[in-house]
Amino acid sequence: MEFFRSHVLVCSGANCSLKGSRGVRTAFVEEINAQGLDKEIKVIETGCFGLCEEGPVVVVYPEAVHYCRVDPQDAKEIVREHLAKGRVVKRLLFKGDMELPGVQTWQQMDFYSRQKRVVLRNCGLIDPDNIDEYIARNGYEALGKALSAGPDKVIEVVKKSGLRGRGGAGFPTGLKWDFTSQAPGEQKYLVCNADEGEPGTFKDRLILEGDPHSVIEGMAIAAFAIGASQGYIYFRGEYRLSIDRLRNAIEQAREYGLLGKGILGSGFDFDIDIRVGAGAYVCGEETALLNSMEGKRGEPRYKPPYPASVGLWGKPTCVNNVETLANIAPIILEGAEWYVNIGPKGCPGTKVFTLTGNINNAGLIEVPMGITLREIIYDIGGGIPNGRSFKMAQTGGTSGGCLPEALLDVPMDIDSLEAAGSALGSGALMIMDDTHCIIDVVRCLLQFFCHESCGQCTPCREGTRRLYELIDKIARMEAVEEDVSLIKRLARTMEDASLCGLGQTAPFPILTTMRFFPEEYKAHIEEGICPAGVCNARSHIA
Amino acid sequence: MAIPKEQLDSVKERVIQIVSQNGAKEEALLQILHDIQADDNSLSEAELLQVARALDIPLSRVYGVATFYSLYSVQPRGKFIIRICESAPCHIVGARAVISAFEEALGIKMGETTTDGKFTLEATSCLGVCGVAPAVMINDEVYGNLTPDKVVEVLAEYDADEA
Ligand SMILES: Cc1cc2nc3c(=O)[nH]c(=O)nc-3n(C[C@H](O)[C@H](O)[C@H](O)COP(=O)(O)O)c2cc1C
Ligand code: FES
Repeated sequence: MEFFRSHVLVCSGANCSLKGSRGVRTAFVEEINAQGLDKEIKVIETGCFGLCEEGPVVVVYPEAVHYCRVDPQDAKEIVREHLAKGRVVKRLLFKGDMELPGVQTWQQMDFYSRQKRVVLRNCGLIDPDNIDEYIARNGYEALGKALSAGPDKVIEVVKKSGLRGRGGAGFPTGLKWDFTSQAPGEQKYLVCNADEGEPGTFKDRLILEGDPHSVIEGMAIAAFAIGASQGYIYFRGEYRLSIDRLRNAIEQAREYGLLGKGILGSGFDFDIDIRVGAGAYVCGEETALLNSMEGKRGEPRYKPPYPASVGLWGKPTCVNNVETLANIAPIILEGAEWYVNIGPKGCPGTKVFTLTGNINNAGLIEVPMGITLREIIYDIGGGIPNGRSFKMAQTGGTSGGCLPEALLDVPMDIDSLEAAGSALGSGALMIMDDTHCIIDVVRCLLQFFCHESCGQCTPCREGTRRLYELIDKIARMEAVEEDVSLIKRLARTMEDASLCGLGQTAPFPILTTMRFFPEEYKAHIEEGICPAGVCNARSHIA
Repeated sequence: MAIPKEQLDSVKERVIQIVSQNGAKEEALLQILHDIQADDNSLSEAELLQVARALDIPLSRVYGVATFYSLYSVQPRGKFIIRICESAPCHIVGARAVISAFEEALGIKMGETTTDGKFTLEATSCLGVCGVAPAVMINDEVYGNLTPDKVVEVLAEYDADEA
C-alpha cells in the first residue's frame, strides 16, 4: 500500500462545486506535480464539510487545517507554503466574526466542535468514490452484524433506539419496519426517498454525495429486516447530474458482494435501482412517490391503506428518508442504548439541518436533537450578517412555522417544536433579518404551494390559490378586517379536508406569522404601511 | 387534431429506440420522456403519440405525465432553459433582482422564449443548492450566489453558442 505524508481533501459537495472546487482540485494536483511532491501528498475529493458559505473548503491532513474560499491561485500557495515548507497560509483560515488566536484544526472550530456527527460521520473525511475508505471506517460491519442477528433482532434494536423518520413526519422507524415485515406477501420493497423538494433543504443530496455507502448499507439492513429483495432510490430530477457517483457506489458494493445474491455469504439477496423524478414537490409524499415510480402522475393516494401494506405495485413497501437510513448502521453497531442517550427523551439522536437566509455560516450541520434554536443560529451559524438583527426563523421548510425572537430558546426536536407551534420537518432552517417584511415572505411561501399543489383535491388546489390572493391583497394594502377571519376559516378547511400533507400544512406559515407577528399584519391592513418598507401598492405576479 | 403522418414517421425511429433502451415498460415512462426531451427541451405531440404506441398505453396517460412534471414541456422551448429559483431562501437573498436582471438582459418576461429560440425563462421551486442562493439552473448547469452583475457574466458564457 502506498503511504502519503499529507492528504489534501477538497470538498466536492454541490455547493463547493458551484464555487469552483473542481478547478481548485486541478490546481492542487498540478502544483504538487510541479513541486515533485506527488509521491508524498495525495489529493482527494470528499463530501460536504458543511461550511458552504465559506466554500470552496479544503482541509489538509494530518494537521487538519481548514482553509476557506480557496481559489486555484490559493491552492498553489498552499502547496508551496504549507505542504512544501510547513507554513500554514493564515490568510485563508476561517475567521468568523473575530480574529483567531492561532491555527485551529477544523474539529476545534466553533462551527464544528458544537456539532455531533453521526449521519455525517464520514463527510469530509473519506473519498466517497472509494468503498475501501468507507470500509476502513467500520463500513458494512453493521450489515454483517445484522445478518447474523436476524431480522427480528434488527427491528427490535431500531425500535428501542427510538429513531424517528427524518423525512418530515417523524414516524418511528422500527415500527414502520415491523408493519412492513408483518404484512402478508412474498414480494416487498424498500424505497429510499431522495426527492428532497422542500425549499431550503439540501441535506439528502449532500449525504448521498458525501457518503453514499452509509445510505446503501442502511438500505441493505432495512431490506433484510422487512424481507425485501429489491430496493429503489428515488432521486429528484433536478439532481440528475449527481447520480453518477451513486451509481458508482452501488456498482462497487455489488463487486464486493455487499449487494446482489447471497450477501456476505448469507442467504439474503438484495439489490438497488435508481429512479429519477421530473420536478414535482408533491412526489416527496410517499404515496405520490410510489405513483411516480410506477410511471404515473405523482398524485398522492388515499391513506389508509398505508404503503407498509399496499405500496409499490400494490406490494408491502417501506419508504424511508435518506437521513433516516444513514442513521441505521451506527445504531446497529453502537446499540440502541447509545443512541437513546443522544438528545431528549422521545426524540433521540441527531438531526441534520440546512441553514439558509441571513446567516453567516450558511450550510449543513448535524447536532443533537434538542439543542436550542439560539445555539444553532449564534454559536454554530455565526449569527446574522451585516450588523442586522434577527427577525424570524422558519423551521421545517416552506410548510413549517415562523418563529419570533421570543422563541429562540425552543429546543429543536420534533415534540418541542410542535408544542411551540412549529415543526422540525426536513430540517430546513431559514433565518431572516429585520430588513424583510413578513407579509412579503409569506406571499413567496404561498406562491410555492400554488405552484406545487398537484390539483387532485379541491381544498388544496383552490385553497392555496385563494390564500395567495388574500396575502397578496394584504401586501398591496387593500385588505380589510374581514379578510383575516376569511384566512382563518379557509386555513381550517384546508387542514381538515386536504388529501395529503401538502394542503394540510400549506396554511401553516400564514397562521404562525399571524400569531407571532400580529403587528405586521395590523400595519398593512389598518394603517396601510409596510414597517420594513418592502411592500407598496405594486402587485406581484404569481 | 390529427398529427401529419410525416411528423409521426420522422420521430418514430428515435422514440422506439429510446423506449426499448429503457425497457419498454410503463414504469420507465419518466426516464423515457427525459431522454426524448434531451434533444430540444420539449415533447411534441408526435413524440408523445409514438411513446403511447410503443408502450401500448393510452395517449392521455402519456400526456397526463408529460404535463404533470415541471421538467417536461409540451410547448416548444429555447435551446437553453434558464430556471430561476423563486423559493423563499433564494427570495430573501435577492432572487427578485436576479429575475429582473435576466428579463432585462434578454428582453423577455418570465415564461417567454427569445425570438431567436435561444433562451427560455422559467420560474422554478428550490433547486437544492440554497447554500449558494440565489441560484439558477441553465439546462443542467447550476449557477449560484448570483447578483445582477453576475447575470450578465453568466449570459456571456453562452454568447458563442448558436441558437
Ligand atoms: C408534500 C410532502 C412532501 C414530502 N417530501 C418529502 C421529501 O422530499 N423527502 C422525504 O424523505 N420525505 C418527504 N415527505 C414525507 C414522506 O411522505 C414520508 O413520510 C417519508 O419519506 C418517510 O420516511 P421517514 O419515515 O424515514 O421519514 C413529504 C411529505 C409531504 C406531505
Ligand atoms: S431556495 Fe433556491 S435553491 Fe433552494
